[in-house]
Amino acid sequence: MHVIFLISALMSVLAVALICVFLFANGIPAIRQIGLFDFITGETWKPSNDIYGVLPMILASLYVTAGSLIIGVPIGILTAVFLARFCNKKLYKIVKPAIDLMAGIPSVVYGFFGLMVIVPLVRNLFGGSGNSMLSACIVLGIMILPTIIGVSESAIRAVSNEIYEGSLALGATHERSVFKAVLPAASSGITAAVILGVGRAVGETMAIIMVAGNQAVMPSSLIRGVRTLTANIVMEMGYATDLHRGALIATAVVLFVFILIINVLFSLLKRRSAK
Amino acid sequence: MKSKKGLLVRSIVYAGALLCLSALIAIILYILIKGIPHLSLSLFSFNYNSENVSLFPALVNTVTMTALALLIAAPLGIFSAIYLVEYAKRGNKFVGIIRMTAETLSGIPSIVYGLFGYLMFVTTFRWGYSLLAGALTLSIMILPVIMRTTEEALKSVSDSYREGSFGLGAGKLRTVFKVVLPSAVPGILSGIILSIGRIVGETAALIYTAGTVAKIPSDLLSSGRTLSVHMFVLWNEGFNTNESYATAVVLLIIVVGLNALSHAAAKRLMKGQ
Repeated sequence: MHVIFLISALMSVLAVALICVFLFANGIPAIRQIGLFDFITGETWKPSNDIYGVLPMILASLYVTAGSLIIGVPIGILTAVFLARFCNKKLYKIVKPAIDLMAGIPSVVYGFFGLMVIVPLVRNLFGGSGNSMLSACIVLGIMILPTIIGVSESAIRAVSNEIYEGSLALGATHERSVFKAVLPAASSGITAAVILGVGRAVGETMAIIMVAGNQAVMPSSLIRGVRTLTANIVMEMGYATDLHRGALIATAVVLFVFILIINVLFSLLKRRSAK
Repeated sequence: MKSKKGLLVRSIVYAGALLCLSALIAIILYILIKGIPHLSLSLFSFNYNSENVSLFPALVNTVTMTALALLIAAPLGIFSAIYLVEYAKRGNKFVGIIRMTAETLSGIPSIVYGLFGYLMFVTTFRWGYSLLAGALTLSIMILPVIMRTTEEALKSVSDSYREGSFGLGAGKLRTVFKVVLPSAVPGILSGIILSIGRIVGETAALIYTAGTVAKIPSDLLSSGRTLSVHMFVLWNEGFNTNESYATAVVLLIIVVGLNALSHAAAKRLMKGQ
C-alpha cells in the first residue's frame, strides 16, 4: 500500500511534467519559427498574413491586471481588516460566508453580469462601445476580492495579539493600533495575497472575454477594447491550424512562464511571512 | 482630534467592506431578478434545439462531469495526502517536490489546463472532444485542492488516536483506514465540495476538451457541454439572453447550495475537535 500512496502522490509531479512537455513541445517550435524577439515584441497579430506579435496581448494582460489591482486591493485589504479586527461575531457569521460565496460564483456569471451591467455603464459614462479595458478591470477587480480578502485576513489574524495590545498600552487608539502596528506586521502576508490576486487576474479568461472587446491591437485607452493572453487562446484556438495554432500554444507558454514567476514569488513571500 | 481621526479610519474600513458586499449583492440580485422570470419548465425539457434552448442536457453533463472528475481525482488526492502526512518520513526528498508541484498546479490558469487537455487527450490520444478528456483535465485541476484539504484534515487528527490504535495492536494501514480517515471525513468532504464548485464553474478548461455539443452524450468519448460552457456558448452565439439569465440562476443556486454544504461540513469538523 505504501507504494500505491507514493505513486498517487507522484501523480501531481507527473501532471506538471506532462503539462510542461506538451506546452513546450508544441509552443517552442512555433516561437523558433517566428523568432523569439519578433514574437515577444511584435506589435501586430495578423494570422491571415502569418504575422504573430504577442506584445499587444502581453501589455493588455499586464494593464488589465494592474487596473484590477487598483480596484481590488484597497477594497480587499479594507474588508480583510474589517473581518479580522472591526467586525463582531454575529456580523462575521454573515459576512464571511458571503465572501466565500463570492469565491464560488463561476467566472461566466461574473462575465455575464459585467456584460449586462458594467459594459453599458462604461458606455454611458465614458463613451465608446463599453467593451473595454476599463470594464475588464472592474469585473476582474471584483473577482479577485475573495482571494485577496481570504489570504490577507489570515495574515492579519496570524499577527500575535501582543503587538496589538502593546500598541494599545502605549496609548494608541484601536484604529491606530490596527493600521500602524498590526498591518505592518502582516505586510508580507498581505503582499502574498496581492500576488495570488495577480495570478488570478492574469489567468482569468471567460469573464474578460465577455467584456473586454478582444481586439488584437495595442492597448491605447481605457475605453478601447483589448485582448489578453488568455482571451487570445480561446478566441482563435477553435479554427487555428499550423503555425497559427503553434503561435497560440506559444501564447500559453508566455502565460505559463508568467504564472511560474508569480508562483515562485508567492512561495518566497509565504516562507518569509511564516518566519 | 484623535477620536475624529479614528472615526474617519473606522468609516473608511466600513466603506471598504460595504463596497465589497454591495458588489456581491448587486450581482446576485441582478441575476435573480432578471433570471427567475425566465426560469420556465421548457428549459428543463429533455432535448436542446434552436427553438427551445433547454439547459437540461447541460445540467446532466455537469453532474456526469463532476462525478467522473471526482472519481479520478478524489482517490488520488486522498492517497497523496495520506502519503505526505502518514508515510513520508522527515527529510524525505519526494515531499518537497510533491508540495512544490501541487502548489504549481493550483496556480496554473484554467485555460492552460484546457490547452494541455486539448493537446494531450483530444489530439495526441485522438479522443476528440469528449467527456472523458474534459473529466481528466478537470481532475488534474482539482487534484491540488483535494490534496491540500485532506492533508490539513489528516494533520488535525490528534496523534493520540493513532497511538491508541497502534497500542491496540493495529497495523499502520489499518490505523490509517479505520481510525485516522474516518475522523478526517468532514475536512475531506469540504475539500471535495470545494472541488465540485470549481468543476461546476469551470469553462475555459472545458471548451477545447469536452467541447460544446448540447446533448446528453451516449458514451464517454462523445462531447457534451456543462452549464457554465452552455452559458458561454449562449453568449458567443449572441441570442438567447433570457436563457442565459436563467442558466445563471441555476448556476447560482448550485453554488449557494454547495457553499451551504461545505459550511455544514466545516461546522461538523469544529464540533469533532
